[in-house]
Formats: sequence, C-alpha cells, structure tokens
Amino acid sequence: MRRIFQKIYEIGIVTEPVARDAEYERLGRELKRRVDERFRGSLAIRQVDAGSCNACELEIQALNNPYYDLERFGLHFVASPRHADLLLATGPVSRHMEEALRRTHAAMPEPRWVIAAGDCAAGRGEFVCGYACAGAVSAVLPVDLEIPGCPPTPLQLLQGLLVLMNA
Amino acid sequence: MSQSRFTWLPKLLSRLAKSRLALSECPDAPRPALAYGVQAEDWGRLPVYLQEQGCRFAGLWAEVRDGRLAVLACVEKQGDYLVFETEVPIAKPELGSWSPVYPGANRLERHARDLLGLVFLNSPDARRWTRHQAWGEDEHPLRKDFPAEGHGSAPTPADAGYPFERVEGEAVYEIPVGPVHAGIIEPGHFRFHALGETVLNLEARLGYVHKGIEKLAEGRDGAGLLRLAARVSGDSAVAHAWAAAQALERTSGAEVPERGLMLRALLAERERIANHLGDIGAICNDVGFSFAHMQFGRLRELWLRRNAALFGHRLLFDTLVPGGVARNLDKDGVLALLADCRALRKEVTSLFPVLRDSQSLRDRLMGAGVLAKDQAQRLGCLGFVARASGIDYDLRRDHGYAPYERLSLEHPLHQAGDVAARVLQRAEEIYASLGAIRQLLDRLPHGPIAVSLKPPEPGTRGLGLVDGWRGEILSYVRFGEGGRVSRYFPRDPSWFNWPALEVLIHGNIVPDFPVCNKSINGSYAGVDL
Repeated sequence: MRRIFQKIYEIGIVTEPVARDAEYERLGRELKRRVDERFRGSLAIRQVDAGSCNACELEIQALNNPYYDLERFGLHFVASPRHADLLLATGPVSRHMEEALRRTHAAMPEPRWVIAAGDCAAGRGEFVCGYACAGAVSAVLPVDLEIPGCPPTPLQLLQGLLVLMNA
Repeated sequence: MSQSRFTWLPKLLSRLAKSRLALSECPDAPRPALAYGVQAEDWGRLPVYLQEQGCRFAGLWAEVRDGRLAVLACVEKQGDYLVFETEVPIAKPELGSWSPVYPGANRLERHARDLLGLVFLNSPDARRWTRHQAWGEDEHPLRKDFPAEGHGSAPTPADAGYPFERVEGEAVYEIPVGPVHAGIIEPGHFRFHALGETVLNLEARLGYVHKGIEKLAEGRDGAGLLRLAARVSGDSAVAHAWAAAQALERTSGAEVPERGLMLRALLAERERIANHLGDIGAICNDVGFSFAHMQFGRLRELWLRRNAALFGHRLLFDTLVPGGVARNLDKDGVLALLADCRALRKEVTSLFPVLRDSQSLRDRLMGAGVLAKDQAQRLGCLGFVARASGIDYDLRRDHGYAPYERLSLEHPLHQAGDVAARVLQRAEEIYASLGAIRQLLDRLPHGPIAVSLKPPEPGTRGLGLVDGWRGEILSYVRFGEGGRVSRYFPRDPSWFNWPALEVLIHGNIVPDFPVCNKSINGSYAGVDL
C-alpha cells in the first residue's frame, strides 16, 4: 500500500494541464460548457464497433486514460443504449453488424445523436464497397457528424464531439 | 537459410512413403516453406502422420485455380514450415478433414467452406462459422463468379438459427452475451451455460466484423496490400503489414536493406510493448485494481505519443512499405527512443512489484483461467498464451528471420498457464523487447531504408512469417497479372488462441470471464477478416 501511495504521489496528476496540450484543454472546456447547457452536465455515449479493425476502439478507450480523462468534461461511456444520448459508431458497418447497430440505435431514447467515427464509418476507409460491408454508418442510420481519421486520434474525437455540441 | 534446416524432413517423407502416401514436390513453393502436392483422397489421412512426427498445425486456406479449388495446409517443426496442397474439382469440392487430428484446423476449415464452398468430410463440427446472413449457403464470396461488391444494398438481417451446443439439466441456465458488449471493445457473441456461478460451457460465435478482406485484397498492388494488411487487426498493424511485406518481397526477390529491416523490428517491438502495457492495465482493471489501469494507461499513452512524433502515427499504421519502411529515424530520434526505453524500464520496475505483492490481485489472478500445457499444445496456441503455459516457441528465435537472428533476445517462459502467468509473461516480454530495441538502436546501420520492387511474376507466391505481439502471424500471398494480388490469406494467431478461452473458462465463475477473456485478448477483426 505504501508503494501505491508513493507512486501516486510521485506521478502526481498527469491529466493535461492547459500549458501542455492547450488545444485539448480549450476544446474540452468548451465542450463541457455545451454539455452543461444542453445535457445538464452529463452526456452519455454508447460506442458500437460495426466492423472496425479495433484501432478506433483503442483510441476511443484512450479518451479515458489519465491524460485525456474525458469524464471531467461531463462525457462518459455507458453500457446500455437505454442510458445513451449519443451513439458513437465505428467501422464500415459489416453486414453482420448491421442489424445490431440498428437495434442499438432504436433502443436509445430520443433525442439521440449519431457520430460516425473514423474513415471507415464515414465511408472513406479501406473497406468500402465490399460485399460484406454496407459501406458507411450513414448507409444504415441518420448520421449527425463524421469524424475523420484512421483511426481518429483522441484529440480528433474530442474536436468532433465539440462540433456536434455546437451544431 | 542455414544448413541445419529441415533436418527432420527425410524421416517424415520416408514415413509417408511407407504409408503409400504419394507426394510431389512443388517447384513453386511459397518461400520460405517447402511445398508438396498430395492426392485429394489422401488429404484426410495425411495429418495423422504429421502429428505422429511432431509437426504443429499452423494454418489452412484455399484458393481458386483454373476452375478447381486448391486447399493448402501448413505445418511447422523446429522452426521450419511445410505446405501441403491438393486440388478438388469445383463441381465436387470434397475432401477429408484435418480437424479430428488438429482441432485448431476446425474454424479454418469452416471459414474455407463458407467462403469457397469446400466440404470437409467427417469433420467433428461442420457448422457455418464466418457466414451469418449476408450471403446464402450456396454462395461463396471468394469464388470468381461472386461479385466483389455483393448483391446490392438490401438490409441484412441479424444472424439467426445458429445451432449452439446445449447443456441440459436441472438449474442449468444460459447467458447470451453480445455481439454488442458493455465496454469499448470489438463485437462477438458468447454463449454461456452455467450452474450457479460456475461456467459449465462457453461457446464463442464470431464473424460479426467480417469485412471481406480476402476479396478486397484481390487486384491490389504491393502498397495497397500493405495498407490493407495494417488494418487486418488494428492493434497489430506492424506485424500484419510485415508478414504481407515478407510474402511480397520473397516473391519479387527483393532484399530489404539492413536499416529498413532493423527499423521494422524496432516498430514491431514498440507495437508489442504498447499492447502489453495496455492489456496489463486492462486485466488489472477487470478485477477492480484501477491503480494499475491508470498507471499502465499513462505509460501506453506516452509510448503512443512518441510513435506519433517519430513515425507519424500513434498505432504505427502504414509505417511499412514494400521494400522497407516509410520513414527514417534521425540521431535525435534514436536518442529519444533510448531515453524512452530507460524511462519505461524504470517505471515498470517500480510498478510490477506492486502488482506482484497485491494480495487482492493475487487472489483474483492466480489459479484463474488455467490453460494446461497439453491443452495449449492440442489447440496449437501461440505467442504469450502458449508461452505462459510452458510452450517454448518463439518465431524470432526458432524460425529466425531477419534481423532477429542477429540479436540476442531474452525468452521468458512460464508454466502455470493461469491469468497471473499470462500477465507475468507479458511483463517479462516488455523487458525482452526493451532489450531488443536497445540492440537495434545501438547497431542501426547507415544506408537506405527501402528498395524499390519489381512486380512479382504472375502465379508466384510467398509466405510471410512474423512474430506479432499475439504470436506467429502466417500470411500467404499469390500474385496474378501485373504483379496484382490474386490471393491474400493472413492467419492471425487468434485463430488458435480463441478456442483456448472456451477450454480455460471451464469451472471458473461467470464474473471471472472478463478477466479470463482479456488475458487471452484474441482479435475479433483478425479472425473475422
């Protein structure tokens, strides 16, 4: 236990302070303001992998690491679509995930938003037009915003979330 | 290739000859393997002798050749690889199954059936695997008459009617999980049968992220192939791209310059460390030890940021190109990477004892999800999963590909086969990779980082064999007109590690499934293709 506390003390808080990643912090603060206004301080995200290569998931997970700590802005990931305001979908929508994606969306209460995260989800990736893919999230669901990147970096994901809040 | 290669082959060949199993050596073997043609009627009994001679099953795939279906299977012994192949008419595509002898062949055979229509007779499990509802039972996407773009845009229904195994009995209940899981992870379905808290049976049903990668590879040039390969499993971008690049370069006869090879190995070891860091943290998080999750997440993030700064991509996508690597490393870069290695070594050396001494972590990880050595061997498990169960195979040493044969690598090994052993194994592999990176940076020669390739001749083919962080990746590439890919099959190690999960979960409690699953961390994308 002593070593755990010692490590925590040594490392301190690494969550990006303004000076180190000003862009992330500035975006984050703005995002928080919008979330406070429009979602009473709490926006719940349900993420669905609809045929991603797993890279998008790794970067979305990174939003929860101590450097980005997305939750401090009032955004958090939830397990149940019933609790979600926002569907964050990745992948070119493999036909085998198509219906699961639709049902996840249908299970979300209104009002609800959909972000297609990553080049595949936006219909620009390596997997468009194959027999096994619908080609883009917008081929299956109404999409409010696309976030580019292969995969999008945590910063790009945050920028995208902010754009949606400002829309 | 050294002189001591294939020393075991004469004995195997004479054993096969004695069993009246006629072989013909293929002059166009996919290097570095040797290849032998087999009569289709002998296909089913071949694995009996291979197993008897101590060959490990390493892969099975098929391709269309002039209106016939060719089936290829690969085995390994002492780091050498043999490919056997046979052909069956497309009108009657039947042959014997290897699954009764090599259980690891089962899902690969089912995949070959779903995509090419092969029928493996006397298979113990002939259910569909990759196919859900996107195409019919009589259609085969990898056949030439199947349109690459598919059958239009009508909605595809959810999968239904898959005949799961059933466990009956008083108080036995079933838990269906997925394809959409609770966390930010890949989709798949797990079907549990439990009695109280105890798992009686687990069956995985994958295929949800099938994107048709094998079909999408057709017609690509070398650069396009490597871009696709990097996206087979996004956590193994370097390893899969490297395996595809090896197959390409062996086919076109290109020699990657020494500096390019060393940089590839550097990227591969950085990829291994990034994944090990993230997963060790995530395994601890699955049993509620968030301290480790935060600390290892922090170290992984720093590691990825360096990737972005020096190689242009956090997950090292598209850092490999045909003939070498895309980006050079300057002196400052070398110094930064060396400093990173020292810093990371110091960090993990202060963190691992905390993990080791945490009583609650020990309680949850030790004895959980035990995979015995003989089980791992039977399934053909690879990488850290195999090495944590006492199977001492490391492609970098035992097959020995450039530039690893010139490095002196540590090879950690564990015997317990439980979740704790897999964590320890990966912890020690971080040190081994740090040692490898150190040697690579110390010896990094001057010179070009890539050569230009001439397109491979039509009909030529090659194998790529790379030790990714999950273990051996085997990639087969055949080229057609104009040096364009006519067949690409990447066999991710997850084909053989996923089935281990169904075995090691027996007798564990349902709440331990997440940590057992994470301790294997099979790739969904890598096997769904």
